[in-house]
Amino acid sequence: MVNWPNFISQCFNGLVLGALLALISSGLTIIYGTLGILNLAHGAMFMLGGYAGWLTYSYTGSFIAAVIAGSLFVMIVGVLVERIIIRHFYSRPHEDQLLVTFGLGICFVELVRFFFGSLSKSVPAPLAGITSLGFMFYPTYRLALLGIVAVALLVLYVVLYRTRIGMIVRAGIEDSVMVDSLGIDVYKVFMLVFGIGAMAAGFAGIINAPVVSIAPDVGEAILVQTFVVVVIGGVGSFPGAVLGGLIAGEIISITSMFNPGYSYVMLFVAMTLVLVLRPYGLLGTAGRE
Amino acid sequence: MFRQRLSFVAGLTAAGLIAAPFILPYLGFTPTTINRILVWGVFGIGFDILFGFTGLLSFGQSAFFGTGGMVAAYLLTIINLPYVMAALVIGTIIAGIFGYLVGMIALRRTGIYFAMITVAIAEVFFFVEFNPLSAYTGGENGLPGVPSPSLYLGFTTINFNSDKSLYTFLAFWFFIGMVIALRIVRSPVGAVLRAIRDNPLRATAVGHNIHGYKLTAFVVAAAYAGFAGGLLGVMQGFMPPDAFMFDTSGQLVMQTAIGGAGTLLGPLLGATVWLYLSDFLQTTLQLGAAWKLVLGVIFVLLVCFLRRGLIGGIEDLHAWLMGGRKKGEPAVDKTLTNMTLNEEKAAKDAIAFEPVSAAMPARHRAGDPKSGIILEARALTKRYGGLVANSDIDFKVRHGERRGIIGPNGAGKTTFFKMLTCEVPPTSGQIIFEGRNITGLIVTDVCQLGLSKSYQINQLFNRLTVRENLTIAALADLRGKFRLDLFRDLRSISGLDERVSHTLDLINLTGRVDTPVSALAYGEKRRLEVGLALATNPKLLLLDEPLAGMSPRERIETVALLKSIGQGRTMVIIDHDMDSLFELVESVTVLQEGRVLVEGTPAEIKGNAKVQEAYLGGMHDALAAE
Repeated sequence: MVNWPNFISQCFNGLVLGALLALISSGLTIIYGTLGILNLAHGAMFMLGGYAGWLTYSYTGSFIAAVIAGSLFVMIVGVLVERIIIRHFYSRPHEDQLLVTFGLGICFVELVRFFFGSLSKSVPAPLAGITSLGFMFYPTYRLALLGIVAVALLVLYVVLYRTRIGMIVRAGIEDSVMVDSLGIDVYKVFMLVFGIGAMAAGFAGIINAPVVSIAPDVGEAILVQTFVVVVIGGVGSFPGAVLGGLIAGEIISITSMFNPGYSYVMLFVAMTLVLVLRPYGLLGTAGRE
Repeated sequence: MFRQRLSFVAGLTAAGLIAAPFILPYLGFTPTTINRILVWGVFGIGFDILFGFTGLLSFGQSAFFGTGGMVAAYLLTIINLPYVMAALVIGTIIAGIFGYLVGMIALRRTGIYFAMITVAIAEVFFFVEFNPLSAYTGGENGLPGVPSPSLYLGFTTINFNSDKSLYTFLAFWFFIGMVIALRIVRSPVGAVLRAIRDNPLRATAVGHNIHGYKLTAFVVAAAYAGFAGGLLGVMQGFMPPDAFMFDTSGQLVMQTAIGGAGTLLGPLLGATVWLYLSDFLQTTLQLGAAWKLVLGVIFVLLVCFLRRGLIGGIEDLHAWLMGGRKKGEPAVDKTLTNMTLNEEKAAKDAIAFEPVSAAMPARHRAGDPKSGIILEARALTKRYGGLVANSDIDFKVRHGERRGIIGPNGAGKTTFFKMLTCEVPPTSGQIIFEGRNITGLIVTDVCQLGLSKSYQINQLFNRLTVRENLTIAALADLRGKFRLDLFRDLRSISGLDERVSHTLDLINLTGRVDTPVSALAYGEKRRLEVGLALATNPKLLLLDEPLAGMSPRERIETVALLKSIGQGRTMVIIDHDMDSLFELVESVTVLQEGRVLVEGTPAEIKGNAKVQEAYLGGMHDALAAE
């Protein structure tokens, strides 16, 4: 029989994981949508955020400082990577773009391994303890995490849908050549988008550090899950990333309750179903390859 | 490389394999490393067919590498199957079957979607192997005790149980794998795979079922991966579970990119560099875990600066060292162009007196004494949201007719053509081709029925030569939309050479036959564009603005060519150059704002007031009033 309290708590875990995946995936998807580049180093950005935050935390002891430093650091890394390397790949074939971002991901992972070793690091949760929800007890920080990610997604939404720069980004997703010919410096926008997209992953990396300890290859599994999210939600679609993230989070958590070994299988079944029934993703549109 | 004879390349490979164990140890390679390189080399051959030749970048090959290896190891250790080769073959087959199933899903999409889906699927294999199936696969321990292969010769048995004897075993199978791959690459299937890499849209439009061919490449790559996985277990005496890891796929991709994709030997070279450096950095330089960082940086630099990998770099260096020849090239080119022009003139004169096609009348089906309607569109309508591109078009073409379509920009001419070839489905209406309702068919099938189109904007196979381009189009007609003649020599296809040279004659590119498309002049590309449609031997040829963007002289030449092509053929031509068009066709349909305005002979159309009004607005009235 299903153990109901356990089931509900797993659903909550799914929600937390789903929200995180939604945040990371929206970073990946706005980069792809705007720049046309699938950033295989996105998982490494998540990892970098965690490490930058952990380092800041171990010097300052402040979690807030860790979050700010982690996010900003990853954003700067994103901007630099775009300026120095990615920029030269816009006119090259997709395969080259995949290869170079894949290679960059490895460089970041190995760089961190070189400096900090392979052992995992942990950041203590800023809000220790558990909170009673009336029907069950749940770790306070995880609840807070849900709120933090919701706010982050909201901020991203507002930036994308309610600001001038967001309008340019969305127009760029539709047709970047047209935006360019309207006299807007698309390359500046590209740089910014790459920075923001990377920052979304970095931010997720540090706020997740108290929940799951960080290691150099922590981004790899996240990257794969992010792909499934994006395929389910539709590439280039921000709402799709959020929806896909929540679906994937719940699938992983609920399956794990029965047998963790099957969580990927179920994720894959969901992805296949979407591919068969709606090849462009739940909220995606055709013509985005 | 592929211009050389197969036996030459195979011989070179064999020589290299024989020499390697004598040379490589002096460079610091250990025997185990050399064997490992061969396993990665076999793995890479299949991957190169998928990535280098078909253009499908998969990050999930570990799934098949692991599957093939685990199946073989399971049979040899737990089932105690006494035949190593049988186990390897079964592993290969099962990897191929999984490749087929995975391909069915992953190939629903292309590009980055394909890459993401392969990553996700490979991860599923990893988790399934690790957890639910750990009773069969040993989970995180893998399967130890895989026996080494042996060969029973009747009087004695050779055991491949030392590093050196294993090298013989692995080198033999690498060689076999290489020869098979060389055959595949030179087969008609290989030609179509390259066409898919260069321009999947056109490969579909000339009549190839590209999904089937992509799936073929995927299965071939999976089978190679499975076999290589089996070899890994046999070589180590242990099947490691990390064969299933994402790192395995990543390493394969990186090795192939380092060596050079699309060369078959590239992955082997890449593996040599990769494994050597990994040994060197770890053992000699004592870098510990930093070796992968160094390799990662090298890889990124290579992708940035040496696009075609080491083999591509060597080729470029060779070309650069032969600088003398390169300097002379423009001059050669010029004479060639002049020659071509002279030839064109000669051809034009020849056309005036004796049409080329008359010399080979048997080559096209249109020669059949058919009459009546070949193509009919009934009330064809296309709406894009609120925009009506085509509205209620009724259109008939007779066998042997040459029809022109004119109309101001935005009249819906190209949309009309796209509907006729079933590239876009009509909102309503029917298309009847040779008495058969083809509405709703796909473009590949329509082309196979004999309805072919040349595009307004060139859709060529840019990395291939003129001959290869025409070969690909001709193959669709000669072999049908899908055939698995993986080992057939391209040259053995009857009628192919004749078709290609006949088409070359018609489009007057005989002098440029081995030139890559990227080096052609614009006018030449336009003629090749028509040639691609022509080489599929259509019963009805649609030409969408064949004269677009041409200089006046090119136009004159092309009109002469089109005239000769048109002999005995049924054609519909869209063009804006009315003088040229009226010279070519017997009757003209004028479209305006998505509707048929008027139909008639060129003379009638020239004098038609409505047509003049359509083009000049109210000017006609003004002129008439004057």
